[in-house]
Amino acid sequence: MRKVSRWFQRNLIRIYALVAFTYLLIPVAYTVVFSFNDGGKSNLIWKGFTFANWLNPCGAPEVCTALGNSIKIGLLATTFATILGTMIAFAIGRHKFRGRSSTNLLIFLPMATPEIVLGASLLSLFLTLKINPGFWPTVIAHIMFCMSFVVVTVKARIASLDPRLEQAAMDLYANEVETFRRVTLPLVAPGIAAAALLAFSLSFDDFIITNFNSGTMTTFPKFIYVSAARGIPPQANVIGSSMFIIALVIVILGQVVGRKRAVK
Amino acid sequence: MSKSGISNRRTPYLLLLPGIGFLFTFFVWPIANLAQTSTQTPVTGGDTGSYEQTLRWRNYIDAFVENKEQFGRSFLYAALATILALAIAYPLAYAIAFKAGKFKNILLVLVVAPFFTSFLLRTIAWKQILGEQGFVVPTLRSLHIIAPSTTLTSSAFAVVAGMTYNFLPFMTLPLYASIDRIDPRTLEASGDLYANGFTTFRKVTFPLSLPGVVAGTLLTFIPAAGDYVNAAILGSPQTKMIGNVIESRFFKIVDYPTAAALSFTLMAAILVLVTVYIRKAGTEELV
Repeated sequence: MRKVSRWFQRNLIRIYALVAFTYLLIPVAYTVVFSFNDGGKSNLIWKGFTFANWLNPCGAPEVCTALGNSIKIGLLATTFATILGTMIAFAIGRHKFRGRSSTNLLIFLPMATPEIVLGASLLSLFLTLKINPGFWPTVIAHIMFCMSFVVVTVKARIASLDPRLEQAAMDLYANEVETFRRVTLPLVAPGIAAAALLAFSLSFDDFIITNFNSGTMTTFPKFIYVSAARGIPPQANVIGSSMFIIALVIVILGQVVGRKRAVK
Repeated sequence: MSKSGISNRRTPYLLLLPGIGFLFTFFVWPIANLAQTSTQTPVTGGDTGSYEQTLRWRNYIDAFVENKEQFGRSFLYAALATILALAIAYPLAYAIAFKAGKFKNILLVLVVAPFFTSFLLRTIAWKQILGEQGFVVPTLRSLHIIAPSTTLTSSAFAVVAGMTYNFLPFMTLPLYASIDRIDPRTLEASGDLYANGFTTFRKVTFPLSLPGVVAGTLLTFIPAAGDYVNAAILGSPQTKMIGNVIESRFFKIVDYPTAAALSFTLMAAILVLVTVYIRKAGTEELV
């Protein structure tokens, strides 16, 4: 008995972590399980196992249009936010200039503003300018809120670089452009990739800001929110589960590639 | 900064120009425009949704008095969710940093992984798990843990639990980042100096992890205070938060000035709280 209680004490934090992970992953497991439900349109109660939803993920009306919009918006927003954000990160991380601290503040503010305020303020600007909400206003909104996260992520990577590597390149007669292209950029690249991945996942999963600025256009989160009242079709679970699996694969591949490079 | 890289004087400004210009156009200008909208009044005899500038500052007082309950609830729920998330995430981050060994990276991926299944799907999953047709409520009822009439969804409990769940990764990652940086030898040293586990935690581990605590609580509290999705899915009319009010003023009632005044009050309240908090915690270098 004493042995048991000592084992328990020693492993308390591990048991705790296990419980916390169960808590984190229960809804994911639920989503995956119910993607195989033969439940028809509403998918509330377990009715039996089927592969039909996975074989026909676009089977529910609108779901793939919504998904397509989300992917298009995500890719556009990620591209622009990553380019603009990386440029700012280099300016802040590699240069001294007047107004550096106010630039930092301007980058921090969108992250400290609740999404509903960002969404509502952009919508009221668009309304004032007589621009109808829809695809492009949503893309603009997403670039805006993703950019700060890109800046912070890339800046952290730049700050962790050893400046001696660049000095060494210059000592070896590389000019500034060459040094940047062949030394600095490859070293910062993992940070830029991480920032882009973050931006895409923020954009893809955003509901509040999108809901304000998208007008009648649906996105995947909007589709789920709207159909929640009458029951979400299992096809949405298929798409949610696939995103989960794709993201896991990307992250694990990234780790494996990173480790191989490190070994080299 | 060293002189490495491109050291032309104009370079930083050229690098900043597009991004900062974008932020001015689509962040600063909208906020200024929102401020302007907040003091407008309806055009007499005009269509719904047409407003003119009359600099009516009373809009703020009216909006606040009318919705003070929802304001209070937003900050209360957000604070509860932040404290709960900290209580859950701290030991978790600690376990990943110090006890996970070679599984560290896999566990980190698992913390982030739920992110990729749409947060709405996960919130609705909770609703169904805790709802009447799920297995939790009937089990608890048959064990007489809850009364037959008690429900778990449509309650303040469900809203706070949903927010805690949704923002947990935002709390765990910064906590992990700063706990992972702690040199385990400092903890051993503390033990060698006859500090017990609790004293070591209070005097060594926790102070060293403070930057992570501050970043994590901010990343949880700010979105939680402005959230309305959890309240809309897991709550009831009695658990409405300020986000729900702003949303319905905008879309259902087309009352832009009140929505703008409420948004502005929310933003100002959060900024004041955040500034005071950062000062108290004494960590200025967050971003």
